[in-house]
Amino acid sequence: MSIFSLAITVLVGVLFFVLFFHLSNFLLDYFRVKASKNFAFENSIRVIIFIAPAFIVLFVFIIYPVFETIRLSFYDKVGENFVGLFNYTWAINDPDFRRSIINNLGWLIVVPTLSTFFGLVIANLADRIWWGSIAKSIIFMPMAISFVGAGVIWKFMYDYRGPGDQQIGLLNAIAVALGFEPQAWLTIPVWNNLFLMAIMIWIQTGLALVIFSAALRSIPNETLDAARIDGASELKIFWSIIIPYLEQTILVIWTIITILVLKVFDIIYAMTNGQWQTEVLANLMYDWMFRGGGDSGRGSVLAFCILIGVIPILAWNLYRHKQEQKV
Amino acid sequence: MKKLTFTSVFSQLLLLLFVIAWIVPTFGLFISSLRDKDVLAISGWWTSFTTTEVNEIYRTKGKEDQIKEGDYYFIKSNLFDENQVKEIYRFGITSKNIDEYEVGETALFKDETEITVFENGDYVWKSKEEFKKKKGKRIFVSAKSPPSFTLDNYKEVLLKEGLGQAFLNTFAVALPATLIPLIICSYFAYALTWMKFYGRDLLLATIIASLVVPLQMCLIPVLTIYNDFGALFGVSAKSYPGIWMAHTGFGLASTTFLLWNFLKTLPSEMIEAARVDGATHYDTFIKIVVPLSIPSFASIFILQFLWVWNDLLVGLVFLDKHPSEIILTAKLKELLGSRGENWEILTTGAFVSMTVPLFIFFSLQRYFIRGLVAGSVKG
Repeated sequence: MSIFSLAITVLVGVLFFVLFFHLSNFLLDYFRVKASKNFAFENSIRVIIFIAPAFIVLFVFIIYPVFETIRLSFYDKVGENFVGLFNYTWAINDPDFRRSIINNLGWLIVVPTLSTFFGLVIANLADRIWWGSIAKSIIFMPMAISFVGAGVIWKFMYDYRGPGDQQIGLLNAIAVALGFEPQAWLTIPVWNNLFLMAIMIWIQTGLALVIFSAALRSIPNETLDAARIDGASELKIFWSIIIPYLEQTILVIWTIITILVLKVFDIIYAMTNGQWQTEVLANLMYDWMFRGGGDSGRGSVLAFCILIGVIPILAWNLYRHKQEQKV
Repeated sequence: MKKLTFTSVFSQLLLLLFVIAWIVPTFGLFISSLRDKDVLAISGWWTSFTTTEVNEIYRTKGKEDQIKEGDYYFIKSNLFDENQVKEIYRFGITSKNIDEYEVGETALFKDETEITVFENGDYVWKSKEEFKKKKGKRIFVSAKSPPSFTLDNYKEVLLKEGLGQAFLNTFAVALPATLIPLIICSYFAYALTWMKFYGRDLLLATIIASLVVPLQMCLIPVLTIYNDFGALFGVSAKSYPGIWMAHTGFGLASTTFLLWNFLKTLPSEMIEAARVDGATHYDTFIKIVVPLSIPSFASIFILQFLWVWNDLLVGLVFLDKHPSEIILTAKLKELLGSRGENWEILTTGAFVSMTVPLFIFFSLQRYFIRGLVAGSVKG
């Protein structure tokens, strides 16, 4: 399509929604003046205009699909015949599924931990160095890049050439310079998962960093100064004041990255597509959505497993929201 | 001036180490995208800043290019392609001894023809008898190649590989898929904050729950709806409006939540005063709330735009891989599969896909960070 027709499509799409809200409110005002002064009635119509589009969208794209996916997990591949727990027993006995669960657990342990740790350390370092904000910008930058783009960046880093050839991947060039054999990093089972995780850590450290930086500023200077005057070392201050102060923030960052990691798809799809034992749930799920004409039962079971992973976080978020509302 | 203590030096070094580790991968990609594709395939990008020495093989021209001057036949030409900048320092005429001669020296072939190669690649091949062979002879050269960068790769990926079209497609997906949820969520968030209606708390709880629902939970049913809808009306299930609405659906909870968090902080007296004066909710929304929320809108816009721009999964499921619909990330993934060894295309393609996010990042970083922090500290 040409630029022109794309632009028209875009404009029509956006204008549709602008006009919907504008016209419906305009009509409501028009009839209000003409008709009675029934305030309550007018108000409830207005509420409907304000929330109906959002509610419909939320219902069609989130609420209904969640329950439908759970239902489908008990049905066959086309979603027509009830098969009970068949899909679940299939999953438990499927080697790919088991491999995915183990890999996902690995991701869940390594990525949030290291991203949070690096973010915390860098935020602390950058906070008291004059060029700290430039450093923060640079480390934060991968947050703006797509996972696929990051995938290309790192695939280039991990590039492998035979032992005699010039290495063009930085990692192998370093390995060779240090006297080791070059390795095809992404094809070494078990370890290759770590090389994929490194990409996610590279991206998510920036997120942890900016949130920690904001939180660090909320620590009162008096507390820190008092500790320094009392002769506490910087390390002691870090462990005894900063960490306890940031407890909530650490927890929040941890959960955000955990949710991201549970859904991780793009990196694996772009780098190995699950080969060499790097399969994860989201990748396997995508696979089953289309493999053999698509199997909605198996795909749904896999999606449901991801949901189970986020349920504790979901419950915790709702609990905190309730506490906040009470105040 | 602060004292240079051991701790401060140590922390500066440590931070520097982190910065280097974080910037080097992207930097390497960027430099590689600017290198000549032949050089890129055989040498690491870190060698591109210094003059490197390379051994290469070229072939002279054949009998068609010969001219006769006096008693001799000559073939005069240059070994290099037009835009190559290299400096030859030695050359040879057999594979056994590839650097036998100094530049400017004359080498003698077995057939008694002689050749002189010069520093810039010019050569003069001289023979007493007419040249008979169509094919020229092989010349081995040792050359110094100074740092050189080119934009050729960009021309190639944008025009020939179809990345230019994918770039436009991504815009056509990302702009509405950002603006539509922004419009819808602003009314929604206003209603959640300032309107009283039955079920408001339940709706809020639903949004907070939706925030963490994995996308994967929604894909299969939504795709089924789209397929049924397409079959019913005889249209394609994969279309731009379709993906806009999908992105709207998947992004609405977080955009609403972010905006609701901001609207809560507005003084309620102001809104109530407007209401008492007889302004409708619509007037209050348009004339008071929207102007005050512009910075928030900016943050939400950036977050959602980057999310959509960088998305792969939704694009794969809800759009065709046809050139008129394929988005950048999907195209890049396709190139990774089909052109896995053509690093000039991959590095350049990846960088093209990163231009818009990086531009937004560097120009609007403040709003980006504000959005992230607002969404997390309270979420």
